[in-house]
Amino acid sequence: MLRHIIRRLLLAIPTLIAVVTIIFLVVRVIPGDVARAVLGDYASEDTIQRFREDLGLNDPLWVQYKDYMFGLARGDLGDSLITRKPAWDQIRYVLPHTLELTAAAVLIALLLGIPTGIVTAMKRNTWADYLGRVLSLAGLSAPAFYVGLLLIYFLSAKAGLFPAINAGNFSDPIDNLHHLVLPAITLGLVETAYVARMTRSVMLNVLSDDYIRTARAKGITERKVMIHHAFRAAMVPIVSLVGIFTIGLIGSSVLTEEVFARPGLGRLLIGVTKQYDYNMIQAIMVVYAFIIVIVNIIVDLIYTMVDPRVRYS
Amino acid sequence: MGSTAAAAAELSGTNLPQPRLISQRQRAWRAFKSNKSALVGLILIVVIILVAILAPLLATHDPLSQSTINRLQNPSADHWLGTDSYGRDVYSRILYGTRVALMVGVLSVALGAVIGTVLGVVAGYTGGIVDTILMRIVDIMLSFPDLITGLLVMAVLGSGLGKLILAIGLTVAPRFARIAYGPVLGLKEKEFVEAARAIGQNTRVILSRHILPNIAGELIVLASLWTASAIRLEASLSFIGLGVPPPTPTWGQMIRDGTVYLANLPLLSLAPGIALLIAVFAFNLVGDGLRDVLDPRSN
Repeated sequence: MLRHIIRRLLLAIPTLIAVVTIIFLVVRVIPGDVARAVLGDYASEDTIQRFREDLGLNDPLWVQYKDYMFGLARGDLGDSLITRKPAWDQIRYVLPHTLELTAAAVLIALLLGIPTGIVTAMKRNTWADYLGRVLSLAGLSAPAFYVGLLLIYFLSAKAGLFPAINAGNFSDPIDNLHHLVLPAITLGLVETAYVARMTRSVMLNVLSDDYIRTARAKGITERKVMIHHAFRAAMVPIVSLVGIFTIGLIGSSVLTEEVFARPGLGRLLIGVTKQYDYNMIQAIMVVYAFIIVIVNIIVDLIYTMVDPRVRYS
Repeated sequence: MGSTAAAAAELSGTNLPQPRLISQRQRAWRAFKSNKSALVGLILIVVIILVAILAPLLATHDPLSQSTINRLQNPSADHWLGTDSYGRDVYSRILYGTRVALMVGVLSVALGAVIGTVLGVVAGYTGGIVDTILMRIVDIMLSFPDLITGLLVMAVLGSGLGKLILAIGLTVAPRFARIAYGPVLGLKEKEFVEAARAIGQNTRVILSRHILPNIAGELIVLASLWTASAIRLEASLSFIGLGVPPPTPTWGQMIRDGTVYLANLPLLSLAPGIALLIAVFAFNLVGDGLRDVLDPRSN
């Protein structure tokens, strides 16, 4: 198992290098004059030259690339163009909030989505199925920020149950959870729709298999057929799809953080984008790439655990 | 078609029921019609298109005209959904917002579909090192959430309607490349493609006449579902403040502006949100319906 994990981590390195290279090229080549964008139209030619010199923007692109990659290898994500402080200082502060939110939302989505998917598949073409399907399609259609606004309006502005903005301090767990409830439900509900839909379709696929008919013919209770036979087989495709949707959820976390004015990677990304801080944009994109690669590895490991056919090879 | 069958029956002199000859397209349409939710989606889309075209007739006020004394009003006979912080009529702005939503949704997906399909088909058909590199890049782009890709492209391009369409188009393109690529690998080995090659048809004709029609169904489903996502993505980027710049009315921007007044004037945010929800929902319904019709495996 340990060898398998190490192998997967090593295999991820070329992918990460490719991703970081693409991000580097997009951020460094397309925007044109970074110095002009950051300093504004009224900056003097002298200031602009000094800015370029300080940040190494006058070096040939491949030198900048080499410096950047060597920096990354040492764990240096570069400095902010605005504050001139290491990008990691700002990212380190917000990252735990994003990870906390994402983990809570995945949990909610699995706890709500999988049972909904199973029930709608069992009761195919009944009113429960239609209701579940319409609700999950509506959930797919609603952007996270809109779900968040509805929750803020009803549960915060009207009922006054939960705080609408900001995040709680990690040193105060109760306060922290209190602030987490609404954003986590927002993000979780959006993801629930995906999980319910795919669980339903995977279950329907499995239920049409011969061995399910055999199990029923043997007289096993429907409950047992569902849990012991159908769901265990459905687990495999579900796990691989959960990975894809967790990545989609990371995208929605940007909107959730924005609507709840909650510190996080997404909200930081929005802020630095508006300031044309291309170094910070690049650093945050690289952190996202890391998170995505790690999520994929975790999903892969769970996959090997639920599917005995997959060997550590 | 029907008259041919009738003529055939007359000629053979029998009254036996003839097999009804219907085209592939008619069969698909019948299946689609019998899918109630897809039909509801289609009707909604027609209504949305009509609202976009007829916005000047349906609107009760100029969506851009400001009026300081009328700012932040509750719904009334004059302002059906109230007014925003500049005194602009919310109802009229929602109607005009349909235009940006539809334009961005349809044009960006059209752009992404063309770029992506061409890349996918060409990569799949030609193969080799270009194919490998191209599909690696596609896979990397696919591993990022669409909103973050869109945000990155907007960050490096700057804001504006054209750039927004380009940004969403580039976000969507890899998904079409992926869907087009797979079947092409199998199709290019098939006898009818080999036959076309053997009689000396050039590659472009083979791709457009023989390969493309075979993957058209999947691409249409994808286009419909991605139009829904593109409209949502446009609203999300506008909500973040990276979409079409003000004062052009967009749903995302309206929702954002309204959040400040959410406690007292919830309609400012919630009403444009409902319009957004209906539009995205409609394209998702049609996409789902088309998938059931065009992809027999999904049943």
